[in-house]
Amino acid sequence: MKSSKDIAELLNEPACEHNKKEKSGCAKPKPGSTAGGCAFDGAQIAMLPIADVAHIVHGPIACAGSSWDNRGTRSSGADLYRIGMTTDLTEQDIIMGRAEKRLFHAIKQAVESYQPPAVFVYNTCVPALIGDDITAVCKAATERFGVPVISIDSAGFYGTKNLGNRIAGDAIVDQVIGTAEPAPLPANTRTDIKIHDVNLIGEYNIAGEFWHVLPLLDELGLRILCTLSGDARFQEVQTMHRAEVNMMVCSKAMVNVARKLHKNYGTPWFEGSFYGITDTSQALRDFAKYLNDEDLTARTEALIAREEARIRELLLPWKQRLTGKRVLLFTGGVKSWSVISALQDLGMVVVATGTKKSTEEDKARIRELMGEDTLMIEDGSPKALIKIVHDYKADILIAGGRNMYTALKAKIPFLDINQEREFGYEGYQGMLELVKQLTLTIESPVWQAVRTPAPWKISKIAEIENV
Amino acid sequence: MAEIIKRQKALSVSPLKASQPIGASLATLGFNRAMPMLHGSQGCTAFAKVFFVRHFREPIPLQTTAMDQASSVMGADENAIEGLRAVADKSRPALITLLTTGLSEVQGADVHRNVREFREKYPEFNDVAVVAVNTPDFTGSVETGYAATLVEIIKTLVPDAKDAQTLPGRRKRQINVLASYMLTPGDLEALTEVFELFGFRPVFIPNLADSLDGCLTDDDFSPVTIGGTAISELATLGDARATIVIGVSLSHAGKLLAEKTGVPSYEFDHLYGLKANDAFINVLAELSETPVPERIERQRSQLQDAMLDTHFMLGQKRIAIAADADLLLAFTDLLQEMGAEVATAVTSCMTPSLNNMPLEKIKIGDLEDMELLGKAENVQLVIGNSHAVDSAKRLHVPILRAGFPLYDVIGGYQKTWVGYRGSRQTLFDLANLVINEAHEQIPVYHSIYKQQTAAPSCH
Repeated sequence: MKSSKDIAELLNEPACEHNKKEKSGCAKPKPGSTAGGCAFDGAQIAMLPIADVAHIVHGPIACAGSSWDNRGTRSSGADLYRIGMTTDLTEQDIIMGRAEKRLFHAIKQAVESYQPPAVFVYNTCVPALIGDDITAVCKAATERFGVPVISIDSAGFYGTKNLGNRIAGDAIVDQVIGTAEPAPLPANTRTDIKIHDVNLIGEYNIAGEFWHVLPLLDELGLRILCTLSGDARFQEVQTMHRAEVNMMVCSKAMVNVARKLHKNYGTPWFEGSFYGITDTSQALRDFAKYLNDEDLTARTEALIAREEARIRELLLPWKQRLTGKRVLLFTGGVKSWSVISALQDLGMVVVATGTKKSTEEDKARIRELMGEDTLMIEDGSPKALIKIVHDYKADILIAGGRNMYTALKAKIPFLDINQEREFGYEGYQGMLELVKQLTLTIESPVWQAVRTPAPWKISKIAEIENV
Repeated sequence: MAEIIKRQKALSVSPLKASQPIGASLATLGFNRAMPMLHGSQGCTAFAKVFFVRHFREPIPLQTTAMDQASSVMGADENAIEGLRAVADKSRPALITLLTTGLSEVQGADVHRNVREFREKYPEFNDVAVVAVNTPDFTGSVETGYAATLVEIIKTLVPDAKDAQTLPGRRKRQINVLASYMLTPGDLEALTEVFELFGFRPVFIPNLADSLDGCLTDDDFSPVTIGGTAISELATLGDARATIVIGVSLSHAGKLLAEKTGVPSYEFDHLYGLKANDAFINVLAELSETPVPERIERQRSQLQDAMLDTHFMLGQKRIAIAADADLLLAFTDLLQEMGAEVATAVTSCMTPSLNNMPLEKIKIGDLEDMELLGKAENVQLVIGNSHAVDSAKRLHVPILRAGFPLYDVIGGYQKTWVGYRGSRQTLFDLANLVINEAHEQIPVYHSIYKQQTAAPSCH
């Protein structure tokens, strides 16, 4: 089990603005009125997309059994990550102290059956409480089986999903990054431009959306050493220390990785997003700026001009349909500002946004984008959300999948923005999918249909009125 | 007598099992104005919630006692009591179930004591029924968690006949129905019709058809379940004409109810296939003392006709089933009635009912086991949940989706499997999956003496 001191240290993230002011994202959960995942959830979400690794959940069945193969993240090849693995601890294992032994044999079994380049072990509440030393087991297994076995000590009761992201990030920095060197560039690489090595941190390739962006980065000569963790391979993670610059995508969840890479290897980092035209262009510009390459800057501007013109023309007919439509955005906060920019690119009005998990800096940026009197929602209960939709006359609720059926029951158009979604919105091209999904729900004839009372009820009302 | 092959692997790969807290929550969700609360870390609840939302495509009420590092080490009594107070205060539900997890059990929680302390401390919530259940996820499965919750609910909320002065048969038309987790909302709806055709009013315990059937209401939002068995109904169970128990896993709950109320109890393993439904309808006919309604006779002969039509496709078919015990037995009986062979049977945990199943071998394991055994046994069709879809793909055979969870289809929760009509549709579905592979294709043979025909000309 991690000591309280370790956890306090993880909560004390110098690069996180919560540190300077109230720690709303790290508040203690209240019994009987709490939503959201645990530290294990966060750790698993952060690293599961590493596609060729065997991910073993060390615990009884509920942790893995309810959550395996449960994300929209996609891989371009290896798919071991989609196979759920757990030690599925039994009562006997726990009482007789056999859990560590089972874990050791479980690692052996995973290595023998699937020959992964590495095994990740996620610790959960029960083994943490009974005092399993998973670090020692992983170390012994690494020596015995000759495969890196990475321990991620992420018992759910340590704290929130956010903390879990950080625990996983820390484990990766300490145990994986820097343990291998990047492969040389392919032989047929063009030689007329300089190829730069970069990383993305916090890019999960949901629904394959990063593949909207990757061709552009290829064109610019930016080699992605690793996306932590969408469509990543273990070997790529090992080489992350060799990047010239790191981009933190959208969220501060793994800001500790960027900070530590800066501290350990001097790699500069910036925060950006690929949602929306404005932000996509900004991210590309930031790469050129941090890489300090004049030629790259010129080519980046040319590419931006070309892509923006192309997509704006394609978006024109859609934009007319969406301009002025009012949005309630509730993402729990982490991605708020990046999505706001995408929606404003379409001429939509964001009437309110969730900021429960947003940092002070996020909030400042939201104010900058939406004006001072924007409603920032701290109470994300379904009831409160529905009330705001009605009060602010929103045309659509954009939120995580968890809120989807809440919205539908209240007969409110809905767009899923979270990790489980099935559509990719990143990059210039992703905007086309976004407008399609937005109009699909906003303009759907079903809203009228589900609000219409049955004809016999209408005639009854008329009868009553006539009497 | 089946040979039970126990788990031999250290690692469970592609787990089949859903946890006891999932089953316990599901049982709770079938009661009106109810709220299940998992006594564990907040992730226990978050995962369970996502699990149900994906399956039912409905908002799911589910709370957590939110155990953190301090309470996990120092004791979490306060979390349980404070959690009950918060839920009772905020939503005033009719029922809260306080369900343990692996975490709280290992920590040493005594939820039954917690409930007593809650009662003492907050008498103002005496109108809120609270039931504590031990459902750690290091033992059992969705099936046992569901059954244990019904046992505790009956124990706590159904009054003994002598105390409540209930009298079996006083409500001549009421039949209590203990419904296993394997019955879908669609199943319960179909059963309601059958009961009503006999002039009975069924009281389902629990009634997921009334709470998770995908119904649009006028209300925008409810923090607790809408629909389901009313808690007040539980006081009337002792006046019912009879109790019907569907599912072997509920046998204990059925016996307990019979003991408390004296209402005669009839147990059925399941309602899949001709034989099972004949037995069921026969009991209804006896209880109602009326002839079997024409419409049911008609459905019976329709099923018989479908059995004839589909036996060509299903006879001798080698089938792999991955399911919890109740569902495994239901499909086994249905398929064996059709002359199909259950070549691979995998279930998630040991239950007493496994010993008596009409199968040679049952493997306790995961979907990887199902895949490996299925491959060795050359199975031609898989029956399993949505997780098994990939396994079936790797086996290059079709899959019939059944069980928990079903997340890659719409309306899986609503499918009707039971009764003559549901069984007929199941046979159709099974046959349609294999209709094109119903017989081995004979490879084309070209005679060495075959006359060479000239290339076709235009005229």
